[in-house]
Amino acid sequence: MRNWLTGLKGLRRYPSLIAGIAVIVIFVGVSIYAVIAIPYSQALTLWRGGPDVTGDNPRNAAPVWFNLFTSDKLPRTIIVNSAEGMGTKTEQMLGNGTKQVDITLPFQYTWNRFPKDLRLYTELANATDPVPISVSWLTPSGRTILLKESLLSRSSDAYYISQDQALRARLSGVFPHVGLLADPQNQGKALKGNYQLVLTAQVPETAALDAKLVVYGAVYGLAGTDYRGRDLMTPILWGAPIAIIFGVLAAVGTGVLTFILSAIGSWKGGWTDRIFQWITQVNLIVPLLPVLIMIGYLYTRSIWAMLGLVIALNIFSSNMVTNRAMFLQAKEAPYIEAAQAYGASNFRIIFRYLIPRIAPTLLPQFVLIVPTFVFLEATLAVLGLGDPVLPTWGKVLNDAFSQGALYQGHFYWFLEPALLLMVLGVGFSLMGYSLDRVFNPRLRSV
Amino acid sequence: MRSTITTLVRMAASRAVFLLLAVIVGVYLTVVIANMGGELDKVRADQIRQEVALSVLQNPVYRQLPPDELQALVDALVQTELHKLGMDQPFFPKRSFTYLRNAMQLQLGWAEGTMSDAGSRQVRFILLERLPYTLALFGTANLLLFFLTLFIALFLSRRYGSFLDKLTIALAPSSAAPGWFYGLFLILIFAAVLRLLPWGGLVDAPIPETTLGYALSIAKHMILPTAAVVMSTFFANIYAWRTFFLIYSSEDYVELARAKGLSSRAIDMRYILRPTLPPIIANFLLVLITMWMGMIVLETVFQWPGLGRAFYAAIQLNDTPVIIGIIVIFGYLLAATVFLLDFVYAIADPRVRIGAGGERR
Repeated sequence: MRNWLTGLKGLRRYPSLIAGIAVIVIFVGVSIYAVIAIPYSQALTLWRGGPDVTGDNPRNAAPVWFNLFTSDKLPRTIIVNSAEGMGTKTEQMLGNGTKQVDITLPFQYTWNRFPKDLRLYTELANATDPVPISVSWLTPSGRTILLKESLLSRSSDAYYISQDQALRARLSGVFPHVGLLADPQNQGKALKGNYQLVLTAQVPETAALDAKLVVYGAVYGLAGTDYRGRDLMTPILWGAPIAIIFGVLAAVGTGVLTFILSAIGSWKGGWTDRIFQWITQVNLIVPLLPVLIMIGYLYTRSIWAMLGLVIALNIFSSNMVTNRAMFLQAKEAPYIEAAQAYGASNFRIIFRYLIPRIAPTLLPQFVLIVPTFVFLEATLAVLGLGDPVLPTWGKVLNDAFSQGALYQGHFYWFLEPALLLMVLGVGFSLMGYSLDRVFNPRLRSV
Repeated sequence: MRSTITTLVRMAASRAVFLLLAVIVGVYLTVVIANMGGELDKVRADQIRQEVALSVLQNPVYRQLPPDELQALVDALVQTELHKLGMDQPFFPKRSFTYLRNAMQLQLGWAEGTMSDAGSRQVRFILLERLPYTLALFGTANLLLFFLTLFIALFLSRRYGSFLDKLTIALAPSSAAPGWFYGLFLILIFAAVLRLLPWGGLVDAPIPETTLGYALSIAKHMILPTAAVVMSTFFANIYAWRTFFLIYSSEDYVELARAKGLSSRAIDMRYILRPTLPPIIANFLLVLITMWMGMIVLETVFQWPGLGRAFYAAIQLNDTPVIIGIIVIFGYLLAATVFLLDFVYAIADPRVRIGAGGERR
């Protein structure tokens, strides 16, 4: 035990070890934060997406900090919702059982760039029949554009302004989210100032009409969004605990099992040893990744099933051979003979005398193979075999790659998960390499 | 001398038999997994039934037949079809062993979904068409990697503690990431931002007409994937070799050679490389195994038309014959590698040669 403590004190001499541990500690901190800030079920909901979860998020929006590096700022998303008391709503009884509702949704636009999309959501409560709504658009320069003479609204409806072909034709062929905001003097730029969307409708007296205008920007949150409008912060945060758990469990699982089995095999010798060696040889012929891909396609893609499979297929790996060689050497030591002489059981010899002797030299190996498994999860995800429900870095990479993020210039989408994977991998790797030097004195001297 | 040869031959023969058994077990496992333990046969049978029924119903000749006679006809035709394909037998044990026997004899049969670029459905042609591309890409990359890292490591081991040496050690953790990962970064830098090199694929879109132009175009498309493979293990390899050489160069006989005043080249060649030759050769052959692991993803990322991508596509199509074909070829290759490894060890390392008979307990 004292050896270990002095060893630990000596760690200060290895700055790369400190750096590696620091990286891992930071990621563990992020993981804990992620699990607390976004509970599991909420993370799954956010990652599943869908209109009611990510409907108000812009698609393929860069992170907000992107604006720090550009002179021409990208617009943020603006949401004006009359149900939340934004804008003005006036109601006037008409006497014949109906009332006139006027909703004005104002917003200030302060960017040169155009928004990505315009949508209007209407909510009509307590009415049986759909009502027609007149929708018009007021620009800062005083122009009034009638968007729709009579927009039929049921209990809950969405008007995709940007996809209104009739409106587009009236705006001389440009997309409404461009044409409605364009500066009359300079069509290539958006006009800054106060805009208004005005809705007018006659609804039954008992009914309630509300409207929500969403002006989709080109930046969102600290991580941006993907092609379905999902906030990338969810997988960025949740990717950390999943990557660490997968990597560490796989590394420790295979490492410890290989270790114990090779100890048993080399101590018992004879048939046990021979059978273990045979399995190792066969395992060498059956390559891991193709089997994982087949299982993934034909049976299950659950990350935990994959984890179990990875461990099972890695137990009898080539490490078995090196471990065995070490144990064969160790079992010749006189103290083992002494233990046998006083009648120690096989169990006692293996677990109390053999394993503790070799363990420190193999500790670095456990750490060094963690990144292999972290990247293995990403590899499976990139092949489309990621876990179907969990948000992981690999899944983001897969989305980014398959949706042409690099081709379309959405570099943040690819770089965020990639850099995190890289940093975490290098963290474990740094730690492993320096532990190697700490625990293997032969390396320390050279 | 004679006894050494007989020992070698005996050892070789037993190893060969054992490795063959290992390949058989490995391929049989693949057969079972790729057929979902026989489940896939039911899907195939249903598919055949549907196709047969459709063709019978569309045939005007049978239109007048009463329904039950029609049904009997369909059933009979389905039975014939199943029998023709050998699918009227149960999967365990009969059909799975037929698969195994055919695979081991390299009778790879006909693909179910994949087709070679030349239009053949024979698995053999599909694989033969893809093999050269895989070999070209990974052969180039691994040869480059092997010789570069070996000589850089030898160079660094002589300059132990220098700035370059420390830099290499510091960069060793970069090998935590696999090749495809660096591939994506390279695509980002050289294709997306700089627009210097192609995104992926084999040749330019209008295929160059001259042979030279074709070769140059392929070479241009090979730069990024090759670089990705090299980058993924470059520094770790150098680190491993360097440590290895350092350990060997502190042996007494090297010190003695140095004291005798031999040139550093002579010391490298005769006193360091010579005794380390067996592990070096072993490592070179083991590269084949890692290559197999890396190529599926790398070829998918770079759209490289090699075996790895064929394997991935075959799995997506449930194309069992192609899957088994690729696995069996690599099984043989790996077994041959391991066999060769044992041989190389036995020939190059006198300790193994002598110890082969004696030190077994």
